[in-house]
Amino acid sequence: MELFKNTNYDFLGKKWPFIIASLVLSALGIGSWIVKGGLRYGIDFKGGALMTVKFAYEPPLDKIRSAMDKGIKGGASVQNFTGATAQSEVEIGTELQEERQLNINRQAMQDILAQTFGQPGSGKVDLNNTSKEGLADRLRDPLARAGISMSENQLQGFTADLLRYVDNRYSGLITDFSQLQSAPGMNSGMMSTLRQECYLSPYHVMQVQMVGPKVGQDLKNKAVLATLYALGGMLAYIAFRFEWIYGLGAVIACFHDTIITIGLFSLFNKEISMTVIAALLTLVGYSMNDTIVIFDRIRENLKISRREPLEAVMNRAVNQTLSRTVMTSGLTFLTVIALFIWGGPVLHGFSFALVCGIIVGTYSSVFVASPIVLFWHNWADARKRPAKSPAVLTTSPRTDAARKSTTKAVK
Amino acid sequence: MKKNLTARTVTIVVTILICVYGIIGFPKSWADIKGNFGQNIRLGLDLRGGSHLVLQVQVQDAVKADADQSMDRLKEDLRKQNISYNSMDHNDPQEIRDADKVEISIKGVPATQTSAFRNLIGDRYTTYNLTAVNSTDYTMRLKPSDLIALETDTVTRAKDTIENRIDTLGLSEKAVQQYGGAGADYEILVQLPGVDDPARVKELIGTAAVLDITEVKDGPFPTRDAALAQHGGVLPLNTKLVQMVPRGGVEGEQWYLVGKSPIINGREMRNARPGQDEYRKWETNFTLSQDAGRRFGRFTEANIGNRLAVVLDNRIVSVATIQSKIEDSGRIMGLSSEEEAMDLSRYLRSGSLPAGVKYLEERSIGPSLGADSIREGLRAGVAGLVAVIIVMLFYYKRSGVNAVLALMLNTVLLLAAVSYFHAVLTLPGIAGVILTIGMAVDSNVLIFERIREELRTGKGVLSAVDTGFNKAWWTIVDTHVTTIVSCAFLFLFGEGPVKGFAVTLVIGLAANVFTAVFVSRTIFEYELSGKRQMQELSI
Repeated sequence: MELFKNTNYDFLGKKWPFIIASLVLSALGIGSWIVKGGLRYGIDFKGGALMTVKFAYEPPLDKIRSAMDKGIKGGASVQNFTGATAQSEVEIGTELQEERQLNINRQAMQDILAQTFGQPGSGKVDLNNTSKEGLADRLRDPLARAGISMSENQLQGFTADLLRYVDNRYSGLITDFSQLQSAPGMNSGMMSTLRQECYLSPYHVMQVQMVGPKVGQDLKNKAVLATLYALGGMLAYIAFRFEWIYGLGAVIACFHDTIITIGLFSLFNKEISMTVIAALLTLVGYSMNDTIVIFDRIRENLKISRREPLEAVMNRAVNQTLSRTVMTSGLTFLTVIALFIWGGPVLHGFSFALVCGIIVGTYSSVFVASPIVLFWHNWADARKRPAKSPAVLTTSPRTDAARKSTTKAVK
Repeated sequence: MKKNLTARTVTIVVTILICVYGIIGFPKSWADIKGNFGQNIRLGLDLRGGSHLVLQVQVQDAVKADADQSMDRLKEDLRKQNISYNSMDHNDPQEIRDADKVEISIKGVPATQTSAFRNLIGDRYTTYNLTAVNSTDYTMRLKPSDLIALETDTVTRAKDTIENRIDTLGLSEKAVQQYGGAGADYEILVQLPGVDDPARVKELIGTAAVLDITEVKDGPFPTRDAALAQHGGVLPLNTKLVQMVPRGGVEGEQWYLVGKSPIINGREMRNARPGQDEYRKWETNFTLSQDAGRRFGRFTEANIGNRLAVVLDNRIVSVATIQSKIEDSGRIMGLSSEEEAMDLSRYLRSGSLPAGVKYLEERSIGPSLGADSIREGLRAGVAGLVAVIIVMLFYYKRSGVNAVLALMLNTVLLLAAVSYFHAVLTLPGIAGVILTIGMAVDSNVLIFERIREELRTGKGVLSAVDTGFNKAWWTIVDTHVTTIVSCAFLFLFGEGPVKGFAVTLVIGLAANVFTAVFVSRTIFEYELSGKRQMQELSI
């Protein structure tokens, strides 16, 4: 089966609507970026204290909010954790402050949750929010009293296995002790000791993060700097392999993709986290790959047909690679869309960036990178030889030597 | 040609075997495979859960401590040489960037003794620069080179201390390393996979602190202002106001006025442990170094009935009244619980860090979140991959099998490299894997489309395959080298996650050139080698 056989679409002839669309999209994104007063950064960059909590039922946002407001100076933001597969998850966060205060806030959030939803006064351990060491410490004596003899290693192994079982099977949150019936090493004696020493709060803290102001700023600066250097490196390599204008075109195309994707993040009010940066780097990779494939074909075609106008050569290159473009982009798009739909909340921002990036990245190779090269060559040629002469093209602006060689060829 | 092909096949098979060994070892059972896989392919904190802490060593503390010691020595020396002065003090910058601004100021050295004073400093305090403010007053600052040496030493010692303490956890994998490049930011990164209880870790690192025992002059006051008001708005000489760490049962803040220079500092504390007195009330027993014991004895003898404060990181954790003369061992009595006694003894022991630390970043990722991410990510990844395989087989038929084989081999190579290089697979790393797979698919598609094109021009199968590979080769080189160049920059200038992305991507791309070009071509040629003139190619 072949989808695109000897196609001959005039891609570059239709460049203007696309270039305008690109400009409009970029402007929209940057506009929203400016109007909203900056991007919505994740905790990695913004700093602050943040915790993700999973509830056994629909989380009572108002109750959490009022408890947090009472206990934390300045209050805390409480919101449903959005994501395709996230259920009953809440993010509780406080704004950026000085490190010491953040540490206090972070602890306070945990304490308040325990007070509001747990039974900290009962003297029991919350099985949904304990560590394997904590649980082992708690069970050691009662187990001995109950006549269950275990070595220290066995005990540590048991609690580690038990919590791993809960993590893997129930995402760390159980609502009834009977759910532990088939946990490894479980028996009735164990079970009754567990029931006696532990209780089950209706929530499970999935992650707690505290990022101070310095780290966030550093991370942001370094990520931006590394990306700029990487773009510079690619520009240099392409300039070396092709011509500098090709490098510039490719880098501008990548830049364009990144700007539009970030703009979409701003428009949809999505958070820019460290994983999103990884996704942006990935999309730069995709876009660059795509652009080089087309440039490569242009270079190859230029070697064969030197007297054809550059626009025609480019069009042919795009048409020749059309089948591969559609296949590659289509296939990678399939993977990414799967990730977007089923990938879970942690990967949500990541896959969103890639979904946008693959679409924009594919079309920017044709409608951004190539036109830049075309414009420059047309302009350079027009400036060099204003007289009416046939459109002669080589891979580089025409030098005297090049002109002589073609003249010879014509003779 | 035939021989060449055999050599290439052998190369490929050997590579595969080495890779498989790297990933799962020599398994004897199904459980072995799983176990070895888990051991060889290590997941990052974001995927398996754990704690990630970035601490900043407060080097200005060490500089101040050095100033304190130098002042003590200098006072002694000046006394011996009968050089008089009015006052000697050092300033107290709180920020790390002001570490170079710590200076000792000596006032009122008589002009007649200037040269004696200068000679003394020049001979005995070679790490300091002396500046004359006027004819009788001077300031002393650490020389820049000595300052750097002191800071570097402080960070290294702090790192070692923390590492020693973490070692008591008995973890198989852990990382304690200097962070942020060349010690410029005095940061230490602590990563503990599988430990999702950072409270425990921090407890272990010691609320990691500068510990002082100082004299309580006055207090407690409910606010800072109240304390100031009590003293007419001005702090008495050589005192400071310190807040008590809030604890249960006490409403509101408590401020104490304490002596500025400690009587005992943390380095002089030898040991501390909880215990019970004759009435079974909790207490903390401590021992001091000999030198400090003598000093403490003199002080406590003269100050019976006065109070002492245990100050940790510029916050009071305990206030106790001196009951009798204490020399090198003493006890703090009347504690409310075992917990309090344990905490206090831990605080007292934690003083051996050369400077305080500040937590710049602290993350704990529960294993449940990692488990969820892996499960969901894996499901999505498998779904995506299956879709890709189906389309490839459908679109390129028999040749699609080649691509699928190459893709699978690519994954195996990538995992093997992760295992052999002891790399860690993180979420951004997986982003790199996704890009790799994308480019692997692309390389195959490029080659196949090229072969199709050649076939369309009427070439024979053999020469079409040959030209197809040759022409696609340079495109593949360009795309891959460009990306590798960008990875080099990301690795050099990036931090943490960006680095992880770059590493997996480079490994993946190298694997990709091998599979898409070398392996795939060998398979093609193997199929074609049997027949002299093949009429049809399933592509």
